[in-house]
Amino acid sequence: MTPRHSLLRGVRLPSQPLARHLILALGGAAILYLITSSLSPYNDFEVGEIALYVIALAGLSLLTGVNGQISLGHGAFMAVGAYTVALLMTHTHLNFIIELLASIGSAALLGLVIGIPATRLKGPYLAGMTLLLALALPPVADKWSTTFGGDQGLSTTVPTAPGTVNPEEWLAWIQIIGALLTFVLLANLLQSRYGRAFRAVRDDEVAASLAGIHVARTKVTAFVISAACAGLAGAFLGLSTGVVNTGEFPLTLSIQLLAAMVLGGTGTLVGMWWGAVLLVYLPQWSTSLSGNFNLGSGASAYLATIIFGVVLIVVMIAAPTGLQGGLRWAWRHVPRFGSGSSAGSLRV
Amino acid sequence: MELFINVTLDGVANGMIFAALALALVLIFRATRIVNFAQGAMGMITTFIASSLLGQGVGYWWAFLAVLAIGFVLGALVERVLIRPLQGKSELNPVIVTIGLLVVLEGLAGTIYGNSSRGFPAAYSQSGLTVGHTKIAFSHFDVFILVAVLVLMTGTLVLFRATTLGLRMRASAFAGEISRLLGVRVGLLLTLGWALAGVTGSLAGLLVAPTSSFGPYFMDLVLVYAFTAAVIGGLESPLGALIGGLITGLCISYVGGYLGSGLQPLGALVLLMVALMARPEGIFARPAARRV
Repeated sequence: MTPRHSLLRGVRLPSQPLARHLILALGGAAILYLITSSLSPYNDFEVGEIALYVIALAGLSLLTGVNGQISLGHGAFMAVGAYTVALLMTHTHLNFIIELLASIGSAALLGLVIGIPATRLKGPYLAGMTLLLALALPPVADKWSTTFGGDQGLSTTVPTAPGTVNPEEWLAWIQIIGALLTFVLLANLLQSRYGRAFRAVRDDEVAASLAGIHVARTKVTAFVISAACAGLAGAFLGLSTGVVNTGEFPLTLSIQLLAAMVLGGTGTLVGMWWGAVLLVYLPQWSTSLSGNFNLGSGASAYLATIIFGVVLIVVMIAAPTGLQGGLRWAWRHVPRFGSGSSAGSLRV
Repeated sequence: MELFINVTLDGVANGMIFAALALALVLIFRATRIVNFAQGAMGMITTFIASSLLGQGVGYWWAFLAVLAIGFVLGALVERVLIRPLQGKSELNPVIVTIGLLVVLEGLAGTIYGNSSRGFPAAYSQSGLTVGHTKIAFSHFDVFILVAVLVLMTGTLVLFRATTLGLRMRASAFAGEISRLLGVRVGLLLTLGWALAGVTGSLAGLLVAPTSSFGPYFMDLVLVYAFTAAVIGGLESPLGALIGGLITGLCISYVGGYLGSGLQPLGALVLLMVALMARPEGIFARPAARRV
């Protein structure tokens, strides 16, 4: 994230945050372009899914890790984003960008509704309320099945790809651009006075308010931003699956997001890529694993659930900083060639 | 009018079950400041064990007692293995660990017992009682629920108010360090609190299973309703859990009866948000001072 931990130690990045983050994002884009253009369409689809989960995880990491508010209901915000884009695609012919912005806006609005009472709540209370939110929203879509399409759901269409680009790669690119834009915005935000206010409120609300920070407003802001990220991720998920129905947003989605965030490293942004890789590939690994053990086909879904749960427990008890925290620790503690002498050192 | 009466009776029966699980949450919260989000799933897994025992031909009441004992052991085990290492860490850590336990238990139940919901027998007949000439929506089993939960509540109150053990438990929750100096085995009593909550959660599972689609996820909604009930009651008071349970049960029942069952969780969410906005510390909690 910050240049101290940047892998490119020898390279001087600009000290101005926006310029630095834009350069890092462009570098990431270049690498991802090389990856996606060499992959098969199905792998492109998976890279796109990783990108969309990264968006939701980054928002969750900001809320929980940076601002200290937990959410067990981020799947609900994703559902709102997904249904918004699907409803707009079914009933209107708006510009694609406007449809995405509407998804972000509607999820942010729900974030505001949940975030305002949340300002008065401590950890476990907020956890219970968001847990209830994750369970409460899907049945609402079932109740008004004529509007929301019931079990069948609503279909979405990806904008047509330009030229000879195949549709999977095009969709992956839309999602990657969304993820990189989100990262630049959030990374900048975290280095601004808003980011400092988020952290100050997390560490000590009384001290923060004595320092002139409006605690309630700061917490609501964090909630709205986090929900907005989840809304965009939900809209992208709707595009990936092509159909938006309530079955896509069970409670387990919210808990898997939490597990991925915790594993990646709560409060980090870069760590969310590890978490997103886990979210996309763990179900596949568990399917092949349960095949090896000759468990029934139904068991594979449960195996993934068990692994996510074990990840939550083990990481919290043994390594609360997650993978990214472990990597940072290793980066600082592993002896390096020529450390201590500047001349002739091998910079990696 | 008949609908109203039946919906109300249904709400009372459900409310008693929510009160039982809310009591389990309260027992743990007042001792350790932790909300055990896995409480419902622990009740789910013990109910599956009961179902297996019944399938083996064990009598209902033996299975009932065995499962309460298993709940006791499970509660103690969870506290010792998963919760004890988190002492003194951020309050978000136990939330995340109990959520992890919730999904592990649901995953295990799904792997072992399969996803399809199966039936679970009730202790008594589930057809409505007849009052005068009309059949009401309150069965022998609902009477049993009412009695069982009231016995449980009374037992808890007697334990905390009238026994030395209860006094020690209250003391170690209230001022652990001082109690330890006075020779109270605080660690052991915290484990006992979790174990008793395990018994209560198992009872709730046995009471819910006959009237729901009994499967790995059947306690999810019951848990969040019980959480709502516990929060309304202040998360610290057994009596508050009972009254919160009844309020939640009635609200859920009216929403289900008049607006449709799909809106019940949303109704609970609105109720919880209103309760938290109006009185975040609950109806029965004493005002707390905050030291800076």
